[in-house]
Amino acid sequence: MFGYIVHRLLIMIPTLLVISIVIFTIIQLPPGDYFSTYVAELQSQGEAVDLQKIAFLKAQYGFDKPVWQQYLYWVAGLLHGDMGYSFEYNLPVRDIVGDKLLLTFIVSFATVVFTYLVAFPIGIYSATHQYSWSDHTLTFLGFLGLATPNFLFALVLLYFANVYFGISIGGLMDPRYLDAPWGWGKVVSVLQHLWIPVVVIGLSGTAGMIRRLRANLLDELHKQYVVTARAKGLPPFRALMKYPLRMALNPFISDIGSLLPHIISGAVVVSVVMSLPTTGPMLLDALRSQDMYLAGSFLMFLAFLSVIGVLLSDLALAVLDPRIRLRGGVTR
Amino acid sequence: MNDALPHYVSPEPFDPGVVEAMTAAQERFFMASQWRMMWWKLKRHRLAVLSGAVLLAMYLSIFVSEFLSPYALRTRHVDFIFAPPQTVHFFHDARFVGPFVYGYDYRLDMRNLQRVYTENPDVVQPLRFFCHGERYLFWGIVESDLHLACPAKNGQLFLLGTDRLGRDMLSRILYGARVSLTVGLLGVAISFTLGLVFGGIAGYYGGWVDMLIQRMIEVIQSFPHLPLWMALSAILPVTWSPILVYFGITLILGMIEWTHLGRAVRSKLLALREEDFATAAMLMGASPRRIIARHLLPSFMSHLIATATLSVPSMILGETALSFLGLGLRPPITSWGVLLSEAQNINVVALYPWLMLPVVPVVIMVLAFNFLGDGLRDAADPYH
Repeated sequence: MFGYIVHRLLIMIPTLLVISIVIFTIIQLPPGDYFSTYVAELQSQGEAVDLQKIAFLKAQYGFDKPVWQQYLYWVAGLLHGDMGYSFEYNLPVRDIVGDKLLLTFIVSFATVVFTYLVAFPIGIYSATHQYSWSDHTLTFLGFLGLATPNFLFALVLLYFANVYFGISIGGLMDPRYLDAPWGWGKVVSVLQHLWIPVVVIGLSGTAGMIRRLRANLLDELHKQYVVTARAKGLPPFRALMKYPLRMALNPFISDIGSLLPHIISGAVVVSVVMSLPTTGPMLLDALRSQDMYLAGSFLMFLAFLSVIGVLLSDLALAVLDPRIRLRGGVTR
Repeated sequence: MNDALPHYVSPEPFDPGVVEAMTAAQERFFMASQWRMMWWKLKRHRLAVLSGAVLLAMYLSIFVSEFLSPYALRTRHVDFIFAPPQTVHFFHDARFVGPFVYGYDYRLDMRNLQRVYTENPDVVQPLRFFCHGERYLFWGIVESDLHLACPAKNGQLFLLGTDRLGRDMLSRILYGARVSLTVGLLGVAISFTLGLVFGGIAGYYGGWVDMLIQRMIEVIQSFPHLPLWMALSAILPVTWSPILVYFGITLILGMIEWTHLGRAVRSKLLALREEDFATAAMLMGASPRRIIARHLLPSFMSHLIATATLSVPSMILGETALSFLGLGLRPPITSWGVLLSEAQNINVVALYPWLMLPVVPVVIMVLAFNFLGDGLRDAADPYH
């Protein structure tokens, strides 16, 4: 087991390294850089541009150095927890991202919890009631959840939440709490607003998980040990909970790895639509204005989050399911 | 090996049916090709067949979008801005008239500054079919004015309403299908090629090559797709022509989605290369390329097609999301995503909900591809 953990941790290093190279290449690729766009913009508005100052700034941020040196500076900075400097905001990236990350965490965490809480009972129900009309309805709803573009669903839900529950449109809290210190009222307001993005973001993940849990549980329910357990007189509920359910639980754990990138993807679009103060809109702006350190460091952070998620789910699986632990390694 | 013992070989032609004759039905079953068996199995999956038919109809429609849509793509009806959808009626004053729509009554609500349209039950505008209407260039080449349905003379026909410039939504959705439907197919073609190449190499050679490609797939899969798509499409220069942007977006979608196919190819190859027929081909001196392409690939092509079908929806949804965010296709192109990006505003939901209608074909497409893919996957294993 210890060897397995070390092996997985060692694999993470080259993975993250490759990701960082890819991200750096991507944010470097657009022609020009933030300063040339900035200068062009100023000139198009007829304003005087202090070219010397621009040149100074360029040198300051290492734009005159070869690309590989810029990359090394960036990675070295990341290792020290220094995420670079945002040109657009004129602030260190860490300061901009800080409080938004907290809200991103809250939304993502709430979405994972929501996904589990909903998918678990529904998956069990539709597996034990296979081909009943309720199973068909739930399956159809699940498919619909997979097929609806979540940004539109967010809009509609936002509208109805406003009309029927009087919840203010957009944002994660009522406007009057925006500058208020944290208190009971603010927490309640956040909770009131949180459910919409959570439902929207979690919808497709939930639908996918219901389908997998249902399929897995159905496979297990048809096995002989379940028949034996029933024949020996175990009450149906116990005969379900005690063995087949445990066997069917693997996807719940292994899915954390794939659920997290999914949630982050969904969160980006949804938070743009709902103007949530999370990191989605910020990433969109940064990409548009070529604010490369902000975009790059943030993408890197997302990648890190996902890789950690995969690692945790693999470790949890290895602990819970001894069949998995010793596989892996190199195929011949 | 000429000193082997001589043994008797009958010169008579041998008919295997002599020992135990097969019935006609049996013979049909055992002699059927793999694809025919797949089709038999698929036919029993009614939802999949229905989805296939829907998809076929939608894809056929993009060949004749100009003919199907009542108006041209860019025609503006400045007197009918944000007009709500008209409903088709059949009876007027308890008398059968055939399909017709009522004309609009228009008034400007000065208090809300809102355009209010109501049906005018006195103006009956019967639809015309196979009629001469607005002129268009069929596929940009042949000039024609034939439409499936046109409004009455001096009448209007906005079955799905109009947008903020007074353009007919139905026509725009029909034209938008051209882009939205082919984005998925082209993207899948790209990811299919990539998946075959990388999955094939990984599965056949194994060892460190496999290790490397596996890691690469893991890296791509562990990364949230949408931010990556966003970053990649931010690269596309603004100065590109719409058609270049279109190909750029398909390339981006395909480049990230190939991992599922790559995995499927790899795992199948790993299992299949241990089979006797692969060993036999290898012993006879066939090159790896020939073994993969000639012996291994055909035996799981059906599986691949099923997997590819299942990966189209995520591309269609990806295009919609990117265009919605303004990073994908941009307005001179009409796609469902571009149409939906006009429904970004909460006002739209409240006042002009028909602008959200392009979501209906998106949902139908995604569902149909999912059902068809599921059916194909079940059918891909006909001996099961």
